[in-house]
Amino acid sequence: MVTADKKHRVVGTRPIRHDGTDKVTGRAAYGADLRLPDMLIGRVKRSPLAHARIKRIDASKALALPGVQAVITSADLPNPADRVVPFGEGSSDLKDLARNVLAADKVLYEGHAVAAVCATDAHIAEDALDLIEVEYEPLPVVLDVREAMLPAAPILHDGLRTKEVGGEKGDQPSNVASHLQLKLGDTEAGFREADLVIEREFETKMVHQGYVEPQNGAAFWNRDGRLEIWTSTQGSFVARDQIAALLDLPVSKVRVTPMEIGGGFGGKIPVYLEPLAALLSRKTGKPVKMTMTRDEVFRATGPTSGTYIRVKIGAKQDGAIVAAQAYLAFEAGAFPGSPVWAASRCVFTAYDVPHQLIDGYDVVVNKPKVAAYRAPGAPTAAFAAESVIDELAQRLEMDPLDLRIKNAAKQGSRRADGATHGVIGNDEVLLAAQDSPHYRSELQGENRGRGVAHGFWFNIGLESSASASVNADGTVSLVLGSTDIGGTRVSIAMQLAETLGIAAEDVAPQVVDTDSVGFTFVTGGSRTAFAGGWAAYEVGMDLRRQLIERAAKIWEVQPEQVEYADDGVLRGPPGDDGAPRAITFRDLAAKLPKTGGMVVGRADVNPKTSGPTFATHIVDVEVDPDTGKVQILRYTAVQDAGTAIHPAYVEGQMQGGAAQGVGWALNEEYRYDDQGRMENPTFLDYRMPTALDLPMIETIIVEVPNPGHPYGVRGVGEVPIVPPLAAVAAAIHDATGVRFNTLPISPAAILDKLLPDGD
Amino acid sequence: MQALRYARPSSVEEAVALLEQGGSGARVLAGGTDVIVQARERRRDINLFVDIKALPEAMSITYDPDQGLTIGAAAPCYQIARHEAVRSHYPCLVDSASLIGGIAIQGRASLGGNLCNASPAADGIPSLIVLAAEAGIAGPGGRRTLPVEDFCTGPGTNALAPGEFLVSLRLPPPHPDSGAAFQRFIPRGEMDIAVANAASQLRFDDGRVRWARVAIGAVAPTPLLVADAAQALVGDPLSDVTIAAAAAAARADARPIEDMRGSIKQRKHLAAVLTERSLRAAADRARGV
Amino acid sequence: MTDPIVIGATINGEATQFLASERDSLLEALRDRVGLIGTKEGCNNGNCGACTVILDGRIVCSCLVMAPEVAGSTITTIEGIATADALHPIQQAFLQDAALQCGICTPGFIVAAKALLDQNSAPTEDDVRLWLAGNLCRCTGYDKIVQAVLHAAANMRG
Repeated sequence: MVTADKKHRVVGTRPIRHDGTDKVTGRAAYGADLRLPDMLIGRVKRSPLAHARIKRIDASKALALPGVQAVITSADLPNPADRVVPFGEGSSDLKDLARNVLAADKVLYEGHAVAAVCATDAHIAEDALDLIEVEYEPLPVVLDVREAMLPAAPILHDGLRTKEVGGEKGDQPSNVASHLQLKLGDTEAGFREADLVIEREFETKMVHQGYVEPQNGAAFWNRDGRLEIWTSTQGSFVARDQIAALLDLPVSKVRVTPMEIGGGFGGKIPVYLEPLAALLSRKTGKPVKMTMTRDEVFRATGPTSGTYIRVKIGAKQDGAIVAAQAYLAFEAGAFPGSPVWAASRCVFTAYDVPHQLIDGYDVVVNKPKVAAYRAPGAPTAAFAAESVIDELAQRLEMDPLDLRIKNAAKQGSRRADGATHGVIGNDEVLLAAQDSPHYRSELQGENRGRGVAHGFWFNIGLESSASASVNADGTVSLVLGSTDIGGTRVSIAMQLAETLGIAAEDVAPQVVDTDSVGFTFVTGGSRTAFAGGWAAYEVGMDLRRQLIERAAKIWEVQPEQVEYADDGVLRGPPGDDGAPRAITFRDLAAKLPKTGGMVVGRADVNPKTSGPTFATHIVDVEVDPDTGKVQILRYTAVQDAGTAIHPAYVEGQMQGGAAQGVGWALNEEYRYDDQGRMENPTFLDYRMPTALDLPMIETIIVEVPNPGHPYGVRGVGEVPIVPPLAAVAAAIHDATGVRFNTLPISPAAILDKLLPDGD
Repeated sequence: MQALRYARPSSVEEAVALLEQGGSGARVLAGGTDVIVQARERRRDINLFVDIKALPEAMSITYDPDQGLTIGAAAPCYQIARHEAVRSHYPCLVDSASLIGGIAIQGRASLGGNLCNASPAADGIPSLIVLAAEAGIAGPGGRRTLPVEDFCTGPGTNALAPGEFLVSLRLPPPHPDSGAAFQRFIPRGEMDIAVANAASQLRFDDGRVRWARVAIGAVAPTPLLVADAAQALVGDPLSDVTIAAAAAAARADARPIEDMRGSIKQRKHLAAVLTERSLRAAADRARGV
Repeated sequence: MTDPIVIGATINGEATQFLASERDSLLEALRDRVGLIGTKEGCNNGNCGACTVILDGRIVCSCLVMAPEVAGSTITTIEGIATADALHPIQQAFLQDAALQCGICTPGFIVAAKALLDQNSAPTEDDVRLWLAGNLCRCTGYDKIVQAVLHAAANMRG
């Protein structure tokens, strides 16, 4: 590990996570584990068609089935106003959100919810689905982003007009929701300066986050008008705000209790089931729980975009990149809101390129509305840009990391999004990769190849709140609003422990409901250890101030005379006996009850920016030329963490992101027939990597502390999924001599290229 | 899961009676790894599971040097794969039984169920075909046997008549100078349906191939016995030339479809590649290496 | 609707009777009838391993077992892995090695790993990867899970 200078007591250690025992013994309660007295089970009736007008819904047979308690349709949802509700890593038009939760006049993708039913047990609820009759008038479907952009394409939304660069709206119905543009310098002039220009086209398919826990949601709409929600969500407050908006309730009437969450990667930010469970509960007066099947998760939650990307890069003979241009067209799914904006902000941002032109298109198609997926937009953009850079290095006969180091953005480099890079660890990451045992090793053997790729992600800040109370036994109870998806209780608690000079084990973190802590934004955007940790630091500083005051009171001195040292000892001026006064946090805590009572610290933070970060991945593969199978032989992930609070969980993020990226590169894809029916909505045929498909994933954590955070934290969760797609493609090129510009690079795709035509 | 009843007969006769009364909605439950999913997804109209795991005949694995191997239709793959006699005399079956699903699936899934499910991509069937297995069937009309290669009639359909069920699989004793092996291709390391698969058995006599069988899967509506492949091998010493001819025959017989699991080009190519690999592995086993 | 049936089995060492529908899977029965929620549903068709339990000594996907089938059987779920006073060494290693992130797949992995170590006290990395190939984890990339199982095996060998 490349370590920072600052010495910490707790930060950088590897304590056992506080919620660990519950999770290894099966006691942790996830959304589906909720049991309430008199609870009903709800299910969703979904469209078998990808595009159709709903002519009629008849639930009478379902309602006649013994045990069935209620059925709802979009008519039960309040008429949504035309306003934008912010949520997660983006925002959504309320009408779109409502129409996605329950289709109104049209279904726009296979699996689109058309009705929901609840019954006294799960089997009856399932039986009832077949008894809800829906009559459709089928409409032509459009599935591919480029086809959807054609003037003759079937139109999903008659009212949709393209929002052009500059904000004007088009005058014709279109599937292109928006066209955005980022510009730096003059690319035409830039390309004229170049000695070598490479332009390539890339295609990637829709892919899913693949969290193992299906979506769930339970609701109890009490007769006093208060709505209780239990759900596995990445953001209980953002869920609350969406639910309140959809049901036209004041947020104060909705309380969301976050259950443990079994993975999300961005996909558990939008609500799907919670508002339906709420409406069913209101109709029945009983609590209603809903969980999706795996099939529903694939067909009807938010994957990430399939894309068409064109990248053109020009360089001088010495490798200096002078101009770069990108055309990015992203499938948004059935409603606008693809991450093309984020892709545009990331595509060339790791490099100092004077002339850049980036055009992004957000395009609706008859597929599920996309949601965030780990560094949304950046992986496919990097697949395109990094593949072209790899080819540039090959053509210029340069080491691919040398080429990247030569062009690496530095502090002060201008970015296409108008920002300027601050203190970043870009060079440090690339140099650490170049200096790694993996990169310095020689790869031997036939049909083997090595690839590298580099990636950037901006990370986000925003609101986090926390409070903490000191217990007389010297421990601290920490109350958090961030749902813990991968060890953030411990990494936030560690930052409070560091601030107070106590052990991580002496902080007991708890994730609580929306009535019990201040507004906290989603666990997403790699923000939780960053902003949540910052809030914990501020809580610690608040406690330190109060404890200083208490010590001063006990010692009968002025607070200014008391110092709270980083080792958790408060020191004051010498007492009557001449000896310096000192008391540990623990001893002072024991005195609190009888010296004025316990103390509680609180904080809310809202950093507008976070610490951007970079990652370089190195991968060795072997390609079986007879079968097209790719075996990952060795994998190294290098990344700037700013400061690694809990290095084991930082490594875990790096390894997990790399594994998802490998799956994306090699096998994962949504496959549709020409009518828009998904062919592979199972873990069997979606083919995520298993333990047999990966080697150990070596990690190198670089620490270039973020000056914008009390402990130097940068987000770590997302950037590790940015480089793997291009790194794997580069390695396969190295092994086979063939460039694959379409994902996934499946055995079928490889054989198709390696075998002679007609074979 | 559709509404259904569960029955656990204690004799073959009782099982036959239940299946006969139950009609098309009655289905045999062995390892359940296919049929439970089908009932859950309501892909077939199932209203009765007839669990045959209480029938000793459906669960036992017995070997006799003269009679060969008898495997109960519901004997789970892990028991087959670790059975002493199977390991020493039928390693090709071990190939199949230890590749179906993952470890947890092998704890339940049976070769008999794999055969009855009649998937074109079944990993057990090509091995059973090249090992010349016979299906032992019980039904309202009594007992009968059927060569395994005639058992599957199409994707998901088999030769069982109403009221009949597969009780056991019988494999002849292996010839001393023979070897058999199974190969499959999947995109991941485990937990996939074969894109294509192949099994071969070779019997040598004085350095020449005396008898051969090659079967391929996932390249036609049913697993195929490739007669032309055997013909290309028999009579000559095994060589790159005869192996290539057998592989070409397998490829020529393959008439795959294009689907989410593989392309036509890929499957035809793999039929040849896997036939070749299975032949080489079978020859190694015949030679005792 | 058919009447529920009574099923008796030994679950985590206790003779247990529960009512179940004939169309309940073992997974549904464990979670909804017996109240053992530690066994998780990830896919309900045998492709993720989150519902792994040990049934008569073998790991199975409990979603691929019908509840009536287990009458008279012995079942171990995640709730039966630790003793009253101590975690199992595999559980300890998962904590020590940070081998879980979201934790939803963890019960299945631990149950499967226990069955492995019960029959093979010194597995290789390849043995572990093959044994656990039916258990999907989307968070960790498997590295720390495989390490934890290897560490637990070493600790158990002493």
